[in-house]
Amino acid sequence: MDQTTINIIFVGASFALYIGIAIWARAGSTSDFYAAGRGVHPVTNGMATAADWMSAASFISMAGLIAFTGYDNSTYLMGWTGGYVLLALLLAPYLRKFGKFTVSEFIGDRFYSPTARLVAVICLIVASVTYVIGQMTGVGVAFGRFLEVDNTTGLLIGAVVVFAYAVFGGMKGVTYTQVAQYCVLIMAYTIPAIFISLQLTGNPVPALGLFGEHQASGQPLLERLDQIVTELGFNEYTAHNGDTFNMLLFTLSLMIGTAGLPHVIMRFFTVPRVADARWSAGWALVFIALLYLTAPAVGAMARLNITELFWPEGTDAQAVTVEQIETDPAYDWMATWQQTGLLGWEDKNGDGRIQYYNDSDPDMQARAEEDGWDGNELTNFNNDILVLANPEIANLPGWVIGLVAAGGLAAALSTAAGLLLAISSAVSHDLIKGRFAPNISEKGELLSARIAMAVSIVVATWLGLNPPGFAAQTVALAFGLAAASIFPALMMGIFSTKINNRGAVAGMLAGLIVTLVYIFLHKGWFFIPGTNSFTDADPLLGTIKSTSFGAVGALVNFVTAYIVASMTKPVPEDIKELVESVRVPRGASAAQDH
Amino acid sequence: MADTQTTSQVTSDGKAYWKANIRLIFISLIIWALVSFGFGILLRPALSGISVGGTDLGFWFAQQGSILVFLVLIFFYAWRMNKLDRQFGVDEE
Repeated sequence: MDQTTINIIFVGASFALYIGIAIWARAGSTSDFYAAGRGVHPVTNGMATAADWMSAASFISMAGLIAFTGYDNSTYLMGWTGGYVLLALLLAPYLRKFGKFTVSEFIGDRFYSPTARLVAVICLIVASVTYVIGQMTGVGVAFGRFLEVDNTTGLLIGAVVVFAYAVFGGMKGVTYTQVAQYCVLIMAYTIPAIFISLQLTGNPVPALGLFGEHQASGQPLLERLDQIVTELGFNEYTAHNGDTFNMLLFTLSLMIGTAGLPHVIMRFFTVPRVADARWSAGWALVFIALLYLTAPAVGAMARLNITELFWPEGTDAQAVTVEQIETDPAYDWMATWQQTGLLGWEDKNGDGRIQYYNDSDPDMQARAEEDGWDGNELTNFNNDILVLANPEIANLPGWVIGLVAAGGLAAALSTAAGLLLAISSAVSHDLIKGRFAPNISEKGELLSARIAMAVSIVVATWLGLNPPGFAAQTVALAFGLAAASIFPALMMGIFSTKINNRGAVAGMLAGLIVTLVYIFLHKGWFFIPGTNSFTDADPLLGTIKSTSFGAVGALVNFVTAYIVASMTKPVPEDIKELVESVRVPRGASAAQDH
Repeated sequence: MADTQTTSQVTSDGKAYWKANIRLIFISLIIWALVSFGFGILLRPALSGISVGGTDLGFWFAQQGSILVFLVLIFFYAWRMNKLDRQFGVDEE
């Protein structure tokens, strides 16, 4: 059986499973649609949150970014897990006690202002749409490879599937489907990692293999990796090469962004009790950590494997020949990935070999001159293909490759669906029902929710054709926006009784606008390529890249809110009582609708 | 008279509960920052003497250690707070 057939069987079977579950648990009422009737156990909820949370960015993109940068991209690992600590300690239990359906409802009630609610909705939509663009990038890579078409076609097919999938059910359908998706994606991520770890280190636990011994050389794995990448002129893998201040800000932005993203926070509205909301965040992180502890091993081991494939006789000997790439089955993956347009090589000097090295390194330039090389001949290696190509690179059995294809799609689909749900509830529940047409029927509300989904997927797909970065980088921008707008408003709403309506509105607007403008200045206005005035290599403010600006935006938000609140009318007594009541678990009831 | 007394007692209890919570959050967040921003990034050079499988302790904290500590922190906080809820009689019946 050929690989494409195996892929289709795995992807087809996993889809049949999700759709089956979605039909079985179809949403009946609006309450079911948004919050699954609040009957979800913390462990189940944790697993669903993990699937919802771990998207194409975590599954497809992150290990590739770590592989090609090394230590400096540990920011993704710390940032995307550390946010759960903030969520569990600062937000989840209080928002559950408050007992409404959406984040913007809390902001609207706490800041006793329909304007605050409206601004919160806008912030949510901006962050979520940016997030979906990142997902669509990943969906394009996965579908492109799996159907063996170019990236753009893959993206368009993927968009249709995501839409069809998301309109099927609401949260309840999604919750149980996501449990199934979690199981598929975690197996798809860890099984190939276990194989590769066994091959390289003999240790079946990849997380331990990373710090184990590379059997072929007898050196520690990371020492071996440092050695061969530096021999080719690349930065030392375990060393800190980038800017420390930017690294701190980026990690912080990802952390507070995690705690400000609506589709994750919404999850904590669906647990039965306040005590369960605290446990739920922990369980979510347990299931997330299984992938996140494996990811650095996947990255390091893949980098080692790839480098050795191009230098089969060692970095000081001759490079791999073009003939070997074309005929040796160990290099078959290169031809399949070339079709997607995300991998490319070219024998520039016509010596029949492909030299992969860092051609901007002075020492390597000297060697190149001596040996007659004409620049790095691995001309394109998109970081986003690394995880999906990894089992092929390591020459693993066909079923593992099929499983990884299914897992990558599960990750992208589950998050895209969760985000579309958050966007649609923001539009239909907060915007239309909460502001413009309070008497809308349940049917009308569901219809408008679905129209909102359709519009956002079209916008995200269109922007996803020219993404502002790799999947994980685009997603990081979305986190920056959430960090700058939503997180500070929620935190001040719970921990301060002094911040009033005007302060919150001014804070959110200031945080959102300053961050959005900073991102657009670096990534192009509305992400349209070529309209940027600065690049992340040479940013506007010192060393602060656009992906790291969320933490600065959050600070702007806090400061603006505080200043404006101290100059305007104080918070009324009944709102102070509301804040006091949110702080204690007693009296938590099932959520009420407006 | 009796009513006012109960109300003021509840308010002072509520204040103590909230103060205990803030203290717990504060301690937890110090540990949270120490393992990630501290051991993982800023203090990595200071820990470079301690080697872990081909690299140093700071690298381990940045890629795995901080995540493990985050997990322990969340479960510790949940356990401690649920106990605190019962102590102050503010848990859900």
